[in-house]
Amino acid sequence: SPQVVWSMLGNRQFCSYKMTTKTQNFCRNEYNLTGLCNRSSCPLANSQYATVREEKGRCYLYMKTIERAAFPRRLWERVLLSKNYEKALEQIDENLIYWPRFIRHKCKQRFTKITQYLIRIRKLTLKRQRKLVPLRRKIERRENRREEKALIAAQLDNAIEKELLERLKQDTYGDIYNFPIHAFDKALQQQDAESESESDAEREEDDDDEDVDKREFVEAEDSELSDFEDMDKLETSSEEEQEEEEEVEKQASHSKSKGKTPLKGPARRKRPYIEIEYEEETEPSTKTKTA
Amino acid sequence: AGEGSASTPGDGGGPPAPERVLFPPTFSVSEIKNKQRRHFMFLRWKQQQRKEKLALKKKRRKEREALGDKAPPKAVPKTIENQRVYDETTVDPNDEEVAFDEATDEFAPYFNRQTVPKILITTSDRPRGRTVRFCEQLATVIPNSHVYYRRGLALKRIIPQCIARDFTDLIVINEDRKIPNGLVLSHLPDGPTAHFRMSSVRLRKEIKRKGKEPTEHVPEVILNNFTTRLGHSIGRMFAALFPHDPQFIGRQVATFHNQRDYIFFRFHRYIFKSEKKVGIQELGPRFTLKLRSLQKGTFDSKFGEYEWIHKRREMDTSRRKFHL
Repeated sequence: SPQVVWSMLGNRQFCSYKMTTKTQNFCRNEYNLTGLCNRSSCPLANSQYATVREEKGRCYLYMKTIERAAFPRRLWERVLLSKNYEKALEQIDENLIYWPRFIRHKCKQRFTKITQYLIRIRKLTLKRQRKLVPLRRKIERRENRREEKALIAAQLDNAIEKELLERLKQDTYGDIYNFPIHAFDKALQQQDAESESESDAEREEDDDDEDVDKREFVEAEDSELSDFEDMDKLETSSEEEQEEEEEVEKQASHSKSKGKTPLKGPARRKRPYIEIEYEEETEPSTKTKTA
Repeated sequence: AGEGSASTPGDGGGPPAPERVLFPPTFSVSEIKNKQRRHFMFLRWKQQQRKEKLALKKKRRKEREALGDKAPPKAVPKTIENQRVYDETTVDPNDEEVAFDEATDEFAPYFNRQTVPKILITTSDRPRGRTVRFCEQLATVIPNSHVYYRRGLALKRIIPQCIARDFTDLIVINEDRKIPNGLVLSHLPDGPTAHFRMSSVRLRKEIKRKGKEPTEHVPEVILNNFTTRLGHSIGRMFAALFPHDPQFIGRQVATFHNQRDYIFFRFHRYIFKSEKKVGIQELGPRFTLKLRSLQKGTFDSKFGEYEWIHKRREMDTSRRKFHL
C-alpha cells in the first residue's frame, strides 16, 4: 500500500530517485509531477497519479490508477494532448475529472510551463544559431608553434626595410626625398635610358651639367644633432616646386618633431644636410605595388 | 654486455672524464641498468660526439682555407622555405593568363581606379572590450572605414544594405572568450569572401616602443610573399582595402607579410635616414591571420561556392607544403 511505500522510501530507507541538497529533496523520477520529493508528489508512493510529459514537441498526459497496479506494463496510460492550449487544458480537466485538486492543478501548471519552453525553442531556432566548434588542443598547439616559427623566419623588420628601400630606389616616392648623388645618378641614368621610350621630354638635360658644377659633398650620417629645421635654413632653393615640396616636408617634419623622442632614432632626421637642387622636372614614375 | 673496456664508470659524480674514451662497438649506453651510471656514460658519450663534430668542422675549415679560391662554394643551409614543395599554382610574373584573369576579376574596378574603397567593420554579437578597441584601432589604420555594432543582425541581411550604401568591403571580427579570433573579409559587390583565423592580436598599448597614433594619411601597402594563385587573390583582396594612391607625406606603411601560410599584419611609420638606411617604428595594431576558406560569392555559409577550404587531413600532412 502507498503509505507503507512512502514510509519506507520517503523517510527512512533508500530511494534511488531521491536527490538531497542542503535545503530540499528532489525526485529524479521521470513521472514526477513537481520534481520535489514529497508525500504527494512521489509517483511510487501514490497509487493514483498523473503527469504531463512532452516527447518530440508533443505533450502527453500520463495517468496511473490503482486498478492497474498489478500490471506494470500497462500501468501508465497515455493521452495525447491537443496542440491548442485551451483545448489541451480542457482535455486535462476531462481526463482527470474526479481526481484530487492537487494533481489536476499541478498537471495544468506543468503543461503550461512545457508549452512555454517549446515556444521559446521554436523562436530561437529561427534566429541565428551560434555554432560551437570544438578546439582541438593538439592542433591549436601545433598551429601556435608554427606561427611562432614563421614569425621568426619572416624577419619582418628586415623585410619591410628592404621593401621600402627598393621602392626608394625605384623612385616611387618621386621628388620627396633628396639623397646624395650616387643613387640619384643611378636613377638619372636609368631615366636617361628610359627617356628614349618616353614620349614627352619634360626633362632639361642642360641642368645635368649645371648640377655637376653645383655638387657639394655631403656630410657623413649619424651626427646626432640636427633638426630638420636646420636643413631648411641651409637650403637655397629657387624653384617653386621644390619650395612647395619642402614646405610639405616641413609640415611632415613638424608632425614628426612633435612625436620626437630624443633617444629614438627613427623619429627624426639625423644629419646637417646641404640640399642639392636638381632642377629637373621629371614625371613621378608610376607607383608600383608589389604583390 | 657491460661496460667493457671503457674507463672507470662513474661512482656518484665520477672522476673527470679522460681524453679519449673507448667504447667497444657492441656497447650501448642504454643497456646499463643503473640510472646514475647510465646518465654518466651518456654524458661522456655526448661529450665525445661533440668533440668529434668540432674536429670535423675544424678539418673542413682547414681544407677550405687550403684550397683558397678553388674551394667549393659554401653549402646553403636548408630552410623550410628552401625545401618548400613546389606548388604548381605558383604565379609566374609574366604569365598572361594570370594577368588576364586579374584584369577581369572582381577587383578589376578597384585596380582600374573606378571605385574607392569604403569599408564596414563589425564584430560578432556582443563584443567585449578588447574586440571593440581592436575594431576602433583597425578603423584608424584603414582609411575610409566605419565601425558599426552588430546587434544581432544577420549577415545576409546586412550585405544588401551595405551594397546599397556603396560599401566595397565588409570585415567581421569574430570573438571568442573576450578575444578576437576570427576575421571574415568580404568584398561586397558579390566579391570573394575570405575567412581567417586571427591570432596574436596586439592592441596599440601593448606594443612596445610604439609611436604616436596613426594619422589620417593614406598608408602604403606592402604585400610580401604571396606566390600562388590563391595567394595572389588574397593579396589583391588586402590591397583592395586601401585607397589606391598612398600619401607619401604620411610615411605610413601597412604590411601584409605571408610566411608559411601565416599572414602577418604590421603597421609602421618609416623614415629614410639615408639612401641605404630606413628606420621603422611600429604604430597600430598587429595580428596574424591564417586562411581558412575562400568563398566565391559574398558571405553565405550554406549555399556558398567555396574556392578553397583548409582541409586538415589532406593539407596538413607535409611540413614543407604551403598554399599561399
